[in-house]
Amino acid sequence: MAPLLEIKGLKTHFSTDDGILQAVDGVDISINKGETLCVVGESGCGKTVTAMSILKLIAMPPGRIAAGQIIFEGRDLVPLTSSQLDEIRAKEIGFIFQEPMTSLNPVLTIGEQIAESLRRHEAVTKKQALERTIEMLKLVQIPNAEGRVHNYPHQFSGGMRQRVMIAMALACKPKLIIADEPTTALDVTIQAQILDLLQDMKERFGMAVMLITHAMGVVAETAQRVVVMYAGKVVEEAPVDDLFGDPRHPYTQGLIRSIPRIDLDSEHKTRLEAIGGSVPILINPPVGCRFAPRCKFAMNICTEKEPLLREISPGHRMACHLGDTHLGAAS
Amino acid sequence: MSQYVLRRLLIAIPSLLGISLVLFVVLALAPGDPFAELATNPNVPPEVALALRAKFGLDDPIYLRYLHWLNAMVHGDWGFSFVSRMNVDTLILQRLPATLYVIGSAQILALLIAIPVGVYAATKPYSLFDQIANTLAFVGFSLPTFFTGILFILIFSVTLDWLPFVYTTDIKGTGIRWVLEMIRQAIMPVAVLGLFQAASMTRFVRSAMLDVIRLDYVTTARAKGLGQATVIVKHVMRNAMIPVVTLIALQMPAVFGGAIVTEQIFRIPGIGSLLITSILSNDTPVVMAVTFVFACLVVLFNLIADVLYGWLDPRISLR
Repeated sequence: MAPLLEIKGLKTHFSTDDGILQAVDGVDISINKGETLCVVGESGCGKTVTAMSILKLIAMPPGRIAAGQIIFEGRDLVPLTSSQLDEIRAKEIGFIFQEPMTSLNPVLTIGEQIAESLRRHEAVTKKQALERTIEMLKLVQIPNAEGRVHNYPHQFSGGMRQRVMIAMALACKPKLIIADEPTTALDVTIQAQILDLLQDMKERFGMAVMLITHAMGVVAETAQRVVVMYAGKVVEEAPVDDLFGDPRHPYTQGLIRSIPRIDLDSEHKTRLEAIGGSVPILINPPVGCRFAPRCKFAMNICTEKEPLLREISPGHRMACHLGDTHLGAAS
Repeated sequence: MSQYVLRRLLIAIPSLLGISLVLFVVLALAPGDPFAELATNPNVPPEVALALRAKFGLDDPIYLRYLHWLNAMVHGDWGFSFVSRMNVDTLILQRLPATLYVIGSAQILALLIAIPVGVYAATKPYSLFDQIANTLAFVGFSLPTFFTGILFILIFSVTLDWLPFVYTTDIKGTGIRWVLEMIRQAIMPVAVLGLFQAASMTRFVRSAMLDVIRLDYVTTARAKGLGQATVIVKHVMRNAMIPVVTLIALQMPAVFGGAIVTEQIFRIPGIGSLLITSILSNDTPVVMAVTFVFACLVVLFNLIADVLYGWLDPRISLR
């Protein structure tokens, strides 16, 4: 079965005063129908830019999709113009943003903001759109939806606003929801509620979810498959159990080791491990593996030759020279 | 809401009283008064001049004069212009139409240029259009109206002889001829003032738009597939216009007060030129009335700006 969305060799570059910033540099990601895929990585690794590139929501210029294909239901989205993409935005692919506090227009009622997407994509009257909006608000468990629909965003709390964002993204029943760190800006108790809601909605509507996050806890809880990104590249991709059970890339291992654990007794407790250093600046990135400067296992080859993504077991791919030094010897 | 307006109007009373007191004192301290000329006029015997002064209370202590003025004002008596020999209110009402017509048209012209140009420039920042608009705006507000006004007169009146350079209120002819002539003589002052206002307003609109256009909720709107026009008008402009509307509301007193320099250049018999001639001829009652009306308008339009602000931005509640 062909995947719902297939990103092939995506390169999204930004022109800056200092040169071309290669925010996303050859990323391959695919999502199947009804699947939850998590994209993880630290801030600045290109996960948001990848997601925004799908619907061309990055600022262009200075942003530019330099290469690659984004195939959604057999159709490449990259060559489409913005107005052609408008037919897909919200209707086929819905977006949930990170900051519920700033992602809603402060001068329009939330009802208006949800209804406008319905009115844009479906032949509904104003009244029908309002009814559907109230229905969506009830679905995302906003109490007193009939009254709240006429309220403005500032009259809602952060968690409630994120529910509104979810209602908005789901209004046209898209086949794919891209949620860009939907819980990062919320406090922990609300985070769990929002993730549950998202999961619940996914099951109800049978859509696929691409969940972008940097929280490994969220990944373990929600994902079926995981893509780990580092410095604009995919470094590992695996089903969730494989990834946590047998992480192969040193970066993934580092990410997992940096999760605080409470289940160990005091004798086994160790200091929380951190990955030293920081993400490289992606203007003229170093040749070879981009993680090499921070990698404990870095070898000579790592700074000379870029490791390619290869399958190490069914569904488990990673990009690291570790374990195949013979490749280095041959070249 | 109405309670808020009422309270603001009540607060306005003491501030207007304060303003009028300051204006009155400043004018009283200024050298000369409406009868200064009588003293030097050899045809007027000194005792007549003194009698007149006494009659109008010009030599009373300042607080008494102020109270007289205030009392008269409260009763709707705006005073009498000794220079023009008519009541101040009739004088102002005579001059007001020309000012409203010319300055009002200039403001409308400024808005008609500034909003579309500013909005379009902001949607394509650093494009050729934006660069040209920016450069022209920069040139536009660097050139003062007394310069462009004279330049326009030189080109369009003196050299090309297309447009009249003196504005008259008694145009010969009636009907359509009168209308055309009214438009013809207003073209230059309206263009000079309108373009000058448009220049600074364009830059203001552009930067207000740019502030909004990169905000998260604009991306949200784009993600809904609304299309560029809807996103810009409904989501960006609606927010960016909040400060612009406030700015325009605060500029409105200027429309009534007239543009002093422009009115002088084109000899427009408006409020602005009335103020200048009154100051030059020591016509204190007129100066006092015009400046006081101006102060009232400033207070009023500040209130209107605040009410508009609350109406445009649901986050602000007026209590």
